[in-house]
Amino acid sequence: MKIIVAVKRVIDYNVQIRVKEDGSGVNSDNVKMSTNPPDDNAIEEAVKLKESGKAKEIVAVTIGDEKAQETVRKALAVGADRGIHIKSDNYIEPLGIAKILKKIVEKEKPDLVFLGKQAIDDDCNQTGQMLAALLGWPQGTFASKIEHKDKIIEVTREVDEGLETIEINLPAIITCDLRLNEPRFASLPNIMKARKKPIEQLNAKDLGVDILNRIQQLKVEEPPKRKNGIKVSSVAELVSKLKNEAKVI
Amino acid sequence: MPILLLAEHNNSNLKVFTLNAITAASKIDQDIHVLVAGNKCENVAKEVSTVPLVKKVLYVDSPSYENFLAENLTPLIIKVSESYTHIIASANTFGKNLMPRVSALLDSSQISDVIRINSPEEFLRPIYAGNAFATVKSNDKKKCITIRPTSFDAAPKSGGSASIEKIEATDIPSISKFIKREETKSERPELGTARIVISGGRGMQSGENFKLINSIADKLNAAVGASRAAVDAGYIGNDHQVGQTGKVVVPDLYIAVGISGAIQHLAGMKESKIIVAINKDGEAPIFSIADYGLEADLFEALPQFLDELNKLNTIQK
Repeated sequence: MKIIVAVKRVIDYNVQIRVKEDGSGVNSDNVKMSTNPPDDNAIEEAVKLKESGKAKEIVAVTIGDEKAQETVRKALAVGADRGIHIKSDNYIEPLGIAKILKKIVEKEKPDLVFLGKQAIDDDCNQTGQMLAALLGWPQGTFASKIEHKDKIIEVTREVDEGLETIEINLPAIITCDLRLNEPRFASLPNIMKARKKPIEQLNAKDLGVDILNRIQQLKVEEPPKRKNGIKVSSVAELVSKLKNEAKVI
Repeated sequence: MPILLLAEHNNSNLKVFTLNAITAASKIDQDIHVLVAGNKCENVAKEVSTVPLVKKVLYVDSPSYENFLAENLTPLIIKVSESYTHIIASANTFGKNLMPRVSALLDSSQISDVIRINSPEEFLRPIYAGNAFATVKSNDKKKCITIRPTSFDAAPKSGGSASIEKIEATDIPSISKFIKREETKSERPELGTARIVISGGRGMQSGENFKLINSIADKLNAAVGASRAAVDAGYIGNDHQVGQTGKVVVPDLYIAVGISGAIQHLAGMKESKIIVAINKDGEAPIFSIADYGLEADLFEALPQFLDELNKLNTIQK
């Protein structure tokens, strides 16, 4: 089995983001960047399948500026075999990303594509489902457990009501939830070894797909601030405030 | 041109968040048609037809739609979508799973998690876990939109009499199969719609200790929530998770117990009307958004809290 894992470079989840004063976006200069958290789960799951002998090759793919390559390098350090970096200096919407990934899938012919279920920057939660649609493949979204059974894969999905289990035919798209596994850290020797693994570079605009954005971002602003709260000194005071001041109980 | 709204239901009853999505849709256009696709779901179609904001119900019954697999529903929606400008669903796991599949095949760039409608083309949506709001304008002819249900009121349910049109099922691709659903049954109000939510975090130290939270929830008729840390530690099921990747809740009162306040948790609850934080670490970030903060050991504070509630003559339900 061959697996593609799509990874995205985003502002680190621990960074308190700052909105630019001119309303054009979020400040990403001199800000810590890292792999989108559920994408780490996507890599980990692929590596586990390889370790169990079920997968032969893992290809890590990213789309983004020059530095986006770091996310591919990190995937190589935890077990991916080779990388593909599709260069683009501009933001591409999930629909455009899905079209680019479709091109790569048609060329590489994997049996499975793993993606994180949602990127923590634009919070769209679309790319995996869109890629599945464009390929006509089934989708196992928000996966917290998967079990590979020959030509099918059983996916346990995190849904609002609890858990749902489905069976999907291969080839398939899986979007990963944070609870799917515990991503490992790369060891120093593996980081060194990853430097020698190949990364193919392509340009997004050379792929012959329509990646023109359809959505204009008119303004980015800070959400309304909450008014400052108070500290109470006892449980009795808290209950009294909730009853008599906030009038919520 | 009318709006096509995708109803979420369980073949017997409409899920309430569909009503919030209907309210959002009504801010785009008054001509709202609702698609009810399922198996033996005629009751749901009837239920939707009494919503005054709904003009027409499209209803389709087929065993292929019984479990709402995105692979099976998408061809149907694509076919029905021809005469509509906007396709709308609620942004819970049903809509999140289904809508991008539809959107991609319509070659339309989806707008996820809309919290305000400015015009039929312009929308407000949160990004970066709600730490920024983006105003966006869609240039697609057909717009696929998911609505954050808690940002809109539920549409009134009675008094309407929309026409019900039965439509044909379409072919399905047979590439996916439903196996089972494990739903957590609870006597308490649903987390997404409860007026009061009390949540526990890693500070609870065990699943057993959640009984302290539960007894207060019972007293206040509140739903029980949790931080990701508590869910990951196995204290409580994933369906209780509040946060960026869990549920977004906007109750009148949110009580965070033993929760430090990671960005991703705040994303799920910081729009709550009143926030209470109980934490022994006075520096915990949760205090920065709390209306009432109590710096205390939760194992002492929670039993006292229950005692104080028991002393009250009346409690709002």
